[in-house]
Amino acid sequence: MLTKRIIPCLDIKDGRTVKGTNFVSLKDAGSPVELARLYSEQGADELVFLDITATSDKRKTLVSLVESIARVINIPFTVGGGIGCVEDVKALLEAGADKVSINSAAVYRPELINELAGKFGNQCIVLAIDANFVNGRWKVYTHGGRKETEKELFSWAKEGQKRGAGEILFTAMTRDGTKNGFELEANKILAQTLRIPVIASGGAGNMQNFSDVFLQTGVDAALAASVFHYKEIKLKELKLKLKKDGIAIRI
Amino acid sequence: MKIAIIDYGAGNVKSVLFALERIGYKGLVTDKISEIITADKIIFPGVGEAGSAMKTLREKELDTLIPKLKQDVLGICLGMQLMCEYSEEGKTEGMGIFTGNARQFPKPLKIPHVGWNQIRHLKTNLFSKIPEESYGYFVHSFYITLSDCTIAQTDYSFPFSAALAKDNFYGCQFHPEKSSGIGEQVLRNFLKLGN
Repeated sequence: MLTKRIIPCLDIKDGRTVKGTNFVSLKDAGSPVELARLYSEQGADELVFLDITATSDKRKTLVSLVESIARVINIPFTVGGGIGCVEDVKALLEAGADKVSINSAAVYRPELINELAGKFGNQCIVLAIDANFVNGRWKVYTHGGRKETEKELFSWAKEGQKRGAGEILFTAMTRDGTKNGFELEANKILAQTLRIPVIASGGAGNMQNFSDVFLQTGVDAALAASVFHYKEIKLKELKLKLKKDGIAIRI
Repeated sequence: MKIAIIDYGAGNVKSVLFALERIGYKGLVTDKISEIITADKIIFPGVGEAGSAMKTLREKELDTLIPKLKQDVLGICLGMQLMCEYSEEGKTEGMGIFTGNARQFPKPLKIPHVGWNQIRHLKTNLFSKIPEESYGYFVHSFYITLSDCTIAQTDYSFPFSAALAKDNFYGCQFHPEKSSGIGEQVLRNFLKLGN
């Protein structure tokens, strides 16, 4: 049976993890490579690296970082942040990334999804969508949630699927950072109406939140950052709990 | 041991190269016929679209070389699918090494089939020391039907071929280079075949 995936997310700036972590076992807590290794050993199903460095110059640092990560870890990983063209994606995939996630650039030029899917295959294109619930609508935001757009979550996700995205990574801005649990309603609609896998993001605070999002929405994967970085949730314990709750999970 | 990783512009060669490094072997990424025929083991990876990948193989004359190889060959994902008879993807003829065709997963299944799924009914030494129902990492939209070549199967609402074998040819639908410790054991087993 295909299992639900648990995906720790690491924010990267200038080749280092942004938020401090309190893993005492790490020699270098700021090293994405060390943290990636630790998560994969603990049973993470995939990893996502989100580069928040904006300039193109620094992008070269990212490519060499991706190569260092690919050398060390034996599970799949996705790289995102500031990806805007075929060349960016080519460099990251050639360095050993399995998938890339695109966000703002696709909102402003949706054909980018077709171009990337056509060139590299749907399976490695993750469409990341940040959306906020405003006046009864899920509005799509870009630039790390700073800029509101006219797009609406469900129609944009459908369009992304049609254009060739292989997965949707939906971050509910209403939940992000709250630790109040994942957004259930919007994730349920996405999981039921899309024909590609959905990754839920935003709001993970405890183990029950993961159980709820899998049992109540039908999403394929759940992503979180700080609860893992600060060891509020241990991957092994989480996966055992989910299995006990009757969710298909890889132990 | 000389291990050739066939490079035909269809993704993930570096992932395979790094996976070999992690288990203590060195691989050679190449598309040169002279390098491939002198290798002890050959890995034929692949991510992408079957029609265009097959076209590249024809241009490099690898489509006629691979079926004639006498060494152990391991096709991965699209590589394995191209070693079968036919693919619905791009409506393309394959190399015809394995019995079986690549078909698209039907509705309403989510496509691609992506993530960790169990492999069972494991046969041959490719799965030596690997327990039944171990997890492999899959990412694909087309699947290979069950056939007399099937040496492992996986369920995605119905069973399909997770691995194939015929004579010196092997294939994995899942990605051993991304399947954690289990995947590394599959690679080790492949490299030890015949020893």
